[in-house]
Amino acid sequence: MYAQMIASQASDEDPKRLAAFQKRIDAGEKIEPKDWMPSEYRKTLIRQIGQHAHSEIVGQLPEGNWITRAPTLERKAILLAKVQDEAGHGLYLYCAAETLGISRDQLTEMLLDGRMKYSSIFNYPTLTWADIGAIGWLVDGAAIMNQVPLQRTSFGPYARAMIRICKEESFHQRQGFDIMMKMCNGSKEQKTMAQNALDRFWYPSLMMFGPSDSDSIHSEQSMAWKIKMNSNDELRQKFVDQTVPQANLLRLTVPDPNLKWKDKRKGYDFTMPDWDEFLAVINGNGPCNADRLSARKKAWTEGQWVRDGLQAHAKKNANIMIAAE
Amino acid sequence: MTTTTARKPDETVEPQQGKVGAPLFEVFIRSQNGLNHRHVGSLQAPDAKTALLNARDVYTRRNEGASIWVVESSKITASSPSEKGPLYDPSTSKIYRHPTFYCIPDDAGAI
Repeated sequence: MYAQMIASQASDEDPKRLAAFQKRIDAGEKIEPKDWMPSEYRKTLIRQIGQHAHSEIVGQLPEGNWITRAPTLERKAILLAKVQDEAGHGLYLYCAAETLGISRDQLTEMLLDGRMKYSSIFNYPTLTWADIGAIGWLVDGAAIMNQVPLQRTSFGPYARAMIRICKEESFHQRQGFDIMMKMCNGSKEQKTMAQNALDRFWYPSLMMFGPSDSDSIHSEQSMAWKIKMNSNDELRQKFVDQTVPQANLLRLTVPDPNLKWKDKRKGYDFTMPDWDEFLAVINGNGPCNADRLSARKKAWTEGQWVRDGLQAHAKKNANIMIAAE
Repeated sequence: MTTTTARKPDETVEPQQGKVGAPLFEVFIRSQNGLNHRHVGSLQAPDAKTALLNARDVYTRRNEGASIWVVESSKITASSPSEKGPLYDPSTSKIYRHPTFYCIPDDAGAI
């Protein structure tokens, strides 16, 4: 998902305290920042929320690529609004992570020096305008699938961030589908462009949910702590079942010869993505990893004087106020 | 009673290393006149004026606000979870503070 391959392990703290903590979670209570929590709970959440936040921020890059080239002024305004939302989502999540005792600057530095990751999906290029449609429809669609249950996650600040994000996210998916509809009802070339975008983004979208449950790294502890709400395969299946009829509606073909509706289990059989490709992308060898990271580094370094300037201005004004008192 | 500052990590958090950025502000928004300002989240800004502008951009992009308050998080004094007992237990036994404690005959009419 926006947070992939987050391993969690049991804490080795006082079993009595751990049991009391688990009881609170089982009772549906929310854990707030100042409550006692197992150190592994805190660490896992920092990794997961941090990765999620980084994904929102890096996720602006593939779409930002098309802001200056959107086909109409209206599409441009819409895309700008969406990208601005993603910045806001990143901020909500950084704030949630900060309540766990880590600073945003630390998180940013860990992203820039490769200690923290972001979702594999944002390492794919956006080659045509149809990709912007496919991203909204598929990528935001997959994200929503994961984020809706996370609104009930056990950590209060994370749950509240998710509620805000979900409220804004449905516009993202709908604007993407709207682009796809327009292109699918357009010229032959536009339809081909839409089909190509689906062909390129289908499997990377399926990868967003992370490895198959059978190969997945340990997530039982995250499930018990209600940090992870559903298994990877469960959400992936749900996504496929929801998306295939939408592709049919667009009269596009999902690039999977094995795609087949199974009446018995009320779901589609489908081909899993290439997990070697997934691992390569998440480990830094995707088509755009270097580009994305260098863009983030450039923004961070070249923005330093703005941050410094704002701080200096604030300090100067504070001094003026003291002098005037 | 001991108090701790909101957002200051409790004793179980490893101390922060590295530089700390701009101060954190808590954001409160009145969604329409007649309602209270409600806490919606927080953000970093070098000063209160910038925090207000940032809050406008981050929290009111869809007409959510009629008024915004920002306050530096370090200025907030918060109660601690460990004080839950001493603070709130005394009120649980005083059920006579609730109107439903009193049995009044129906004949008494509106009361």
